[in-house]
Amino acid sequence: MFQNMLNSIDPYSMQILVNIGIGIILALGLNIITGLTGQLSLGHAAFMSVGAFAGALLTIKTGVPFYINILLSGLITAVVAAAIGWPILRLTGDYLAICTLGFAEIVKVVFLNLEITNKALGLTVPTPDTSLPMPLIVLIVVCLTIIASAFIQNSRFGRALKAIRDDEIAAESMGINIARYKVQSFAVSAFMAGTGGCLYAHFLGYINPSDFGFLKSIDMLSMVVLGGLGSIPGTIFGASILSAAPEFLRFMSQYRMLVYGALLVFMMVFRPNGLMGGIDFTSFVLRKLGVKPRGVSRSKEVQ
Amino acid sequence: MALLKLDNTTIRFGGLVAVNGVNLEVEEGEILALIGPNGAGKSTIFNLITGIYPPTDGAISFKGKSIAGRPPHVIASGGIGRTFQNIRLFGEQTVLDNVLIGAHTRGNWNLTGALLQFLPSVRKEEGRLLELAIHCLSKVDLAHKAYELASNLPYGEQRRLEIARALAIEPALILLDEPAAGMNPQEKQTLLKMVRNIRDDGVTVFLVEHDMKFVMGLSDRIAVLDYGSKIADGRPEEVRANPAVIEAYLGKGAAH
Ligand SMILES: Nc1ncnc2c1ncn2[C@@H]1O[C@H](COP(=O)(O)OP(=O)(O)O)[C@@H](O)[C@H]1O
Ligand SMILES: [Mg+2]
Repeated sequence: MFQNMLNSIDPYSMQILVNIGIGIILALGLNIITGLTGQLSLGHAAFMSVGAFAGALLTIKTGVPFYINILLSGLITAVVAAAIGWPILRLTGDYLAICTLGFAEIVKVVFLNLEITNKALGLTVPTPDTSLPMPLIVLIVVCLTIIASAFIQNSRFGRALKAIRDDEIAAESMGINIARYKVQSFAVSAFMAGTGGCLYAHFLGYINPSDFGFLKSIDMLSMVVLGGLGSIPGTIFGASILSAAPEFLRFMSQYRMLVYGALLVFMMVFRPNGLMGGIDFTSFVLRKLGVKPRGVSRSKEVQ
Repeated sequence: MALLKLDNTTIRFGGLVAVNGVNLEVEEGEILALIGPNGAGKSTIFNLITGIYPPTDGAISFKGKSIAGRPPHVIASGGIGRTFQNIRLFGEQTVLDNVLIGAHTRGNWNLTGALLQFLPSVRKEEGRLLELAIHCLSKVDLAHKAYELASNLPYGEQRRLEIARALAIEPALILLDEPAAGMNPQEKQTLLKMVRNIRDDGVTVFLVEHDMKFVMGLSDRIAVLDYGSKIADGRPEEVRANPAVIEAYLGKGAAH
């Protein structure tokens, strides 16, 4: 049934939809470290690129099944993030932002000079041999990423991240190991970026280190900021709009960064919580359905 | 053996000796107040105990173990909860979530638990933390506000919420930095009872407070700090009659 539905979509629309899907995965990943933990990463495209090259090389060199490849690409990226995160996440604010930016440039230069990544020529990635069509795989990963994000946000782990975001002194005074949680959050965030990168590489069939530069990082950041830092529906919304926008705004593609820059400034001034920020989607829906958020009746009981 | 012991504890900020060779013991089960003029170094002592600053000199031990220079999260996990003079709530989060964050050290499940939160053992822990949080909220009479945003509470309730959050650590010692600041007399009276209840539940209380009436009515013992040095330490009526204390307070009062 799904197959029929997928077949009925023309290739051009399908390409836009897959781009949106990958955009959502990347933006939700960035949302974990920047939206939930409050650590500004200006180099997240580097993690996408690590995942893309790891995934491409795994396919070319080892031919592991594609589903395992997606997982491995995410894991490799997470390990890289943990290694780099351990020293730099001790920095705060602007210093951290500058460091992530520098790290991203280093990754790009390294990939541009390595034999194995085919230097500046980039890699051609063979179409993976899978039972499911690519768009469906992307859709599944999108769903898993949304579920994982929602689960993380609503857990002891996620509460610790939000505490760090809101007030580090208060958080550590509550027994939260800030350094450890920041690194873990960074790794989870990078895992998602890595899977997104792997999907991107295999869907597009060609990757080049220059595709994952500063502009790509800003692309991702704009998605999260537009929808609302820390808000999952907001991030999905922002990623959808900004992943589709370039297709509809081809005529002004040279000015894209100008538009993004203006957009970021506009958002910071007028809607610092994002277009959908400040709206608690779940409890809004629950209330409309006449359901009280969890545990309200319970609080009276224990009193 | 004292629960908490400061031994010649000193900290310098550049040329300023904010805390100067303070010796102080907090006995298990007591309510000890630390008083002294503004800038005497009271909050700094709390920051030294909780590991926000490492002491320049001297020792701090808790339950007989040295904690000087250990990171704040380790000290908190060891059983010291605190509030802040300038309220540091997670303002954009609900009252309940604030206290759940306080209960952090009472749980174990991390990232794995987050991703597998449908597992019975994870749900059980989450339920236990939720119950603890509600229990702590009811200790400061805020359980009915569990789902409001912390920043929407009136000032006095925000102070109480900070106490609930610190209680969720299930601490052996709680440090309250000016808990009655900004409260009206009625609110202070309620707070007084709450702090007594907290002690009666087995938590040792160490507080900094300016309101003398509040301190005299509540504390078992009072220590006085002036320019970073301890100038008196004793039962409330002894401290009130101490010439050095009167001098420190009246001297300051006359200068203003
Ligand atoms: N981090 C810091 N850096 C420099 N000086 C500080 C710092 N923290 C406190 N001080 C100084 O130490 C002295 C004691 O401050 P504090 O402990 O806050 O006094 P209080 O008794 O009113 O709580 C003050 O002079 C204050 O300016
Ligand atoms: Mg103070």
